[in-house]
Amino acid sequence: MGISVEGANKSFGDFQALDDVSIEVPDGSLTALLGPSGSGKSTLLRAIAGLETLDSGRVLIDGEDVSKKPTQKREVGFVFQHYAAFKHMTVFENVGFGLKIRKWKKEQVRARVHELLNLVQLHGLADRYPSQLSGGQRQRMALARALAVEPQVLLLDEPFGALDAKVRKDLRTWLRRLHEEMNVTTIFVTHDQEEAMDVAGQLVVMNKGRVEQSGSADDLYDKPANEFVMSFVGEVNRLGDNFVRPHDIEVVRDRDDSTEEAMVQRIVALGFEIRVEFVLGDGTEVWAQLTRGELQRLELEEGEIAYLRPVHAKSFNGSAPPDPQGASTPPGPTDGGDAEVSAAA
Amino acid sequence: MEAHAAQHPAATRSRPLRLPRVGAGLGRGLVVLWLSVIVLLPLAALLDESLSQGLAHFWSQVTTPQAKSALALILVCSLIVVAINAVFGTIVAWLLVRDDFPGKSFVNAIIDLPFALPTIVASLILIELWGKNSPVGIDIALSRTAIVVALCFVTLPFVVRAVQPLLMEMDRDMEEAAASLGAGGLTVFRRIIFPNLLPGLAAGVALAFARALGEYGSVLLFAGGTKNTTVASILIGQQIESGNESGAAAISIVLLAMALVCLFLITLIQRWGTRHERAQGAGAGGLVVAAEDEERE
Repeated sequence: MGISVEGANKSFGDFQALDDVSIEVPDGSLTALLGPSGSGKSTLLRAIAGLETLDSGRVLIDGEDVSKKPTQKREVGFVFQHYAAFKHMTVFENVGFGLKIRKWKKEQVRARVHELLNLVQLHGLADRYPSQLSGGQRQRMALARALAVEPQVLLLDEPFGALDAKVRKDLRTWLRRLHEEMNVTTIFVTHDQEEAMDVAGQLVVMNKGRVEQSGSADDLYDKPANEFVMSFVGEVNRLGDNFVRPHDIEVVRDRDDSTEEAMVQRIVALGFEIRVEFVLGDGTEVWAQLTRGELQRLELEEGEIAYLRPVHAKSFNGSAPPDPQGASTPPGPTDGGDAEVSAAA
Repeated sequence: MEAHAAQHPAATRSRPLRLPRVGAGLGRGLVVLWLSVIVLLPLAALLDESLSQGLAHFWSQVTTPQAKSALALILVCSLIVVAINAVFGTIVAWLLVRDDFPGKSFVNAIIDLPFALPTIVASLILIELWGKNSPVGIDIALSRTAIVVALCFVTLPFVVRAVQPLLMEMDRDMEEAAASLGAGGLTVFRRIIFPNLLPGLAAGVALAFARALGEYGSVLLFAGGTKNTTVASILIGQQIESGNESGAAAISIVLLAMALVCLFLITLIQRWGTRHERAQGAGAGGLVVAAEDEERE
């Protein structure tokens, strides 16, 4: 079931959480809402679920306007950052909750719950209480609970935010696979760009209640619509009006017209990747990402002079926010503000 | 950690492992001593007094028509009162936590007033409003209704204050999750909110019940201790005045037994209501002591 949001506005007192937001989520896709905290991404997700009422604008699920429908009628599965486990119920009762409400027969509930517990690899824990589960297990239980009722869409609000890094990585992979199997339209909210790029096919980048850009991970990374997107989806150096990613800085020992003189301040080895921090003549700090081999070939030492050549610098006519319509337009070559230049100013 | 804090610093260094035991032992000893002096010894003395003239005498004292009717009356009234309190206390707590209305902090502040007032003042207030000179023309003084009203008044805060913190701490996500799974408002309350309030509600009801069983001052003045409105506490007072101390003690013991049965039942409910927390070692032990103190008031 495809989801669209049209011209959504929502404020909490003076705070404008959503400012004329429109998004289009294709049927069966796995979409990430990505943005810093306070960007409105959670509010947008909650509005789709009916947990927030929009001040204006519409939410359509499968073409039907559900803006006036209460949450319980929207048939959405919702997963919360802090699990929202029914702590007075066992795992079995948690997962079967939606089915019991729908007055399923006991044997059917039992069969369905066990099917889901298998799917989320919690078989054998059916009689435990949530307090006896780890965070990762609780979140899988919450997911099974949401999926049990076969929702039209699955909405996840920072689902891995409360988990430690290792568990988070496992669950990401697992969510991607689950989505491939179940193929239910899924939207998940995250502030972690790596997580969004890892899991989602489509990303919607939000900032200050607006959609900055939407598209695939590659689109956002290679053709960011503006400075915000560019710096949010990856590391970035600023050189005057130009922006360049650390791996797009070529470091050479000989100067020419396209290079800039810089002094090596610090060399940090992060395993295979080497982070070399430079300071330019005007005091600007820049860092370049090199491989171990490149560093050895260059024989750089801290305090030495080297020359930098930015290969894919971008500039965005000033740093004006993008056309809000950019939100719903399909990803692709962006407007003229995105000009590639070959050398730093 | 507490045991650590109580230790002698120098001793901690030399034998860090043994001292917590001494500290804990000392603590336990103090608790036992204190409880003995304040609770157990007086209780034992009461029991001794009630049985001073034999079991048969005890039985005859608590089965006189007067005693039976006084005990039955307070039991029924207390049950009615806690039922009313359970419902209205929960509603009041709900409004205080979930609703925003002008004067909310004022309401929150006066909830404790009935509890804080000397009961004699409470009964004066009630007589002014519902007595012979009632400004609203309703005179319920000296009736059984007066008993219920007086008990409702003095036990109002118990359920409110027991339920309020649980409501405040309740995870709103749970309710939203239930709604997203198709549960309507009533189902959410019944299946999600109520089970999580139950331990607090039970504690509040237990305290209210214990307090109601033994309430004396407000009932005496407002309901009068007439033939129809003599509750157990008033009867005990009358027995003492007429010199029948063993009779007074015997009725007290029955009241005490009622309170204990109530606390036992409530503890069972709480254990059941918090079974999901058992794994983490949480218990309902504190309630019993608190409620017993209350009962002795």
